[in-house]
Amino acid sequence: MRQIVGAHNIYGSWTLFRKEVLRFLKVSIQTVLAPTVSTLLYLLVFGVVFEETVVVYEGHSYSGFLIPGLVMMALAQNAFANGSSSILQSKMNGNIIFVLLAPLSYIEFYLAFVGAAILRGVVVGISVLLVAAAVIRVELYSIPLILLFALLSSGVMGALGIIAGIWSDKYDHLSAFQNFIILPLTFLSGVFYSIQDLPPFWQQISTYNPVFYLIDGFRYGFLGVSDVSYIQSMVVALLFFIGLSLLSIAMLRSGYKLRG
Amino acid sequence: MTSPALDLVQVEKQFGTTHALRGVSFRVEQGEFFGLLGPNGAGKSTLINIMAGLVRATSGQVAVMGYDVVRQYRDSRSQIGIVPQELVYDPFFTVWEMLKIQSGYFGLGRENDEWLDELLEILKLTEKRDENLHNLSGGMKRRVLIAQALVHRPPVVVLDEPTAGVDVELRRALWEFAHRLHRDGHTILLTTHYLEEAESMCDRIAILDRGKVAALSDKQELIFQNSYRVGVVERVLGSNIPQHVSTAIISRSRSSTQIRVPREQRLQQQFLQQLSEIGVTEDQLQLREPTLEEVFLTLTGEDR
Repeated sequence: MRQIVGAHNIYGSWTLFRKEVLRFLKVSIQTVLAPTVSTLLYLLVFGVVFEETVVVYEGHSYSGFLIPGLVMMALAQNAFANGSSSILQSKMNGNIIFVLLAPLSYIEFYLAFVGAAILRGVVVGISVLLVAAAVIRVELYSIPLILLFALLSSGVMGALGIIAGIWSDKYDHLSAFQNFIILPLTFLSGVFYSIQDLPPFWQQISTYNPVFYLIDGFRYGFLGVSDVSYIQSMVVALLFFIGLSLLSIAMLRSGYKLRG
Repeated sequence: MTSPALDLVQVEKQFGTTHALRGVSFRVEQGEFFGLLGPNGAGKSTLINIMAGLVRATSGQVAVMGYDVVRQYRDSRSQIGIVPQELVYDPFFTVWEMLKIQSGYFGLGRENDEWLDELLEILKLTEKRDENLHNLSGGMKRRVLIAQALVHRPPVVVLDEPTAGVDVELRRALWEFAHRLHRDGHTILLTTHYLEEAESMCDRIAILDRGKVAALSDKQELIFQNSYRVGVVERVLGSNIPQHVSTAIISRSRSSTQIRVPREQRLQQQFLQQLSEIGVTEDQLQLREPTLEEVFLTLTGEDR
């Protein structure tokens, strides 16, 4: 009897990862170039308007403050979009069965999708950063911290993307998830301002927003200053990553909305 | 002792309040060409999806080549190839990319390329190798689905209505290919709406009706076990005939009437006597065995 797969199917998981990467690279105008251009537009509009009038952190220009937030926003939104759109599209087209028929465990499925989401997030993040660096001086305080927060944040959003993709039955559901959860969380997370400048009530509200910690810690890597300690941001990001990963793994394991 | 290719024991499936499968049990031995028939909604696709691990049974056990589809899912999925009924495809990839991806899911890398090339050749897809799946015709997409199901050389192949909606030429090509797979030692499970297809290809047949196995037998046995034969009367029987004769009528054409005649000797004699009373002479009547389609319609109650 022919036995192909042993206790693990690492090559199968690697194939699924490669397929997900190939999928977004095949439409790189939409998945990499478009977010880069729109982020650059934010930078030009807000950077030019507020550059001379707004100082968030002493000794740092407004555009220098803005860049890490915009990079993180693009990174987070794209990491989320990768898994969520792929899973939903496959469910709608019916081709999700090709993966479900394969001898892949729920952990292998999770690793492939989160891995691809992280890669897309990081690729878009680097792309935005490179374009921004061409027009504005970018400060780099700690590259290891920048990388750590980039990986953690795209991991958080990648896991959330899996959850949204599985949960959604139609594009309308995913759109609601993106517009009513992801977009407000990213816009109200201190991309354009420091939460120290907000009234106490809104400051308090912001501390419940997980994306705030992703951006604040990431920004610390660039500027060496932040609203809260980068250790606190790292712990919050890590806890969210673990929590969302466990939830997405549980959904995959139960076969929720995937296996009847 | 070799394990059966498929072993289903008391498989039940409920979707909310709908009881899709009600204790389905049967075995398919290795090397068989097995037909799974049933009207729409009988539970055929649900059963196949359970074998494939796409749907979880509410209760009961299913094993593929001796591997439980839940506890030993990696092994069971490596042993089975499913050609789905719907023409599903991933519009992002070419034929070759899709086969490479599907092969990779099963842990197979470059060492499998030779087989993938062979599959393209056998299924006449070589010219379409670098074509995006989105641009292929329905027939070509169907061939790709078959190739995808075979990338890991599964000993058990499930063809779920493979010829539904395909033209005559492709249908013949698919029949030929299914025969070839069978000759090469694969166990084939075929579901189809074309009963002549099942009649000509399958060794054994299970008829599923409303989630239950209504019949399971060798094809010829199934026909002979049926409680009636078909009488072809070389004239059209009018409306002024006794009710028990009129209810036995299967169909009428311009010049003949097909009628159900009891198989059991005593009942048959009585029935023929009643026919002669309404003027049907012996030379006007020919008795034959029912076709699989007629058996199917009787068992599933679709002729009533």
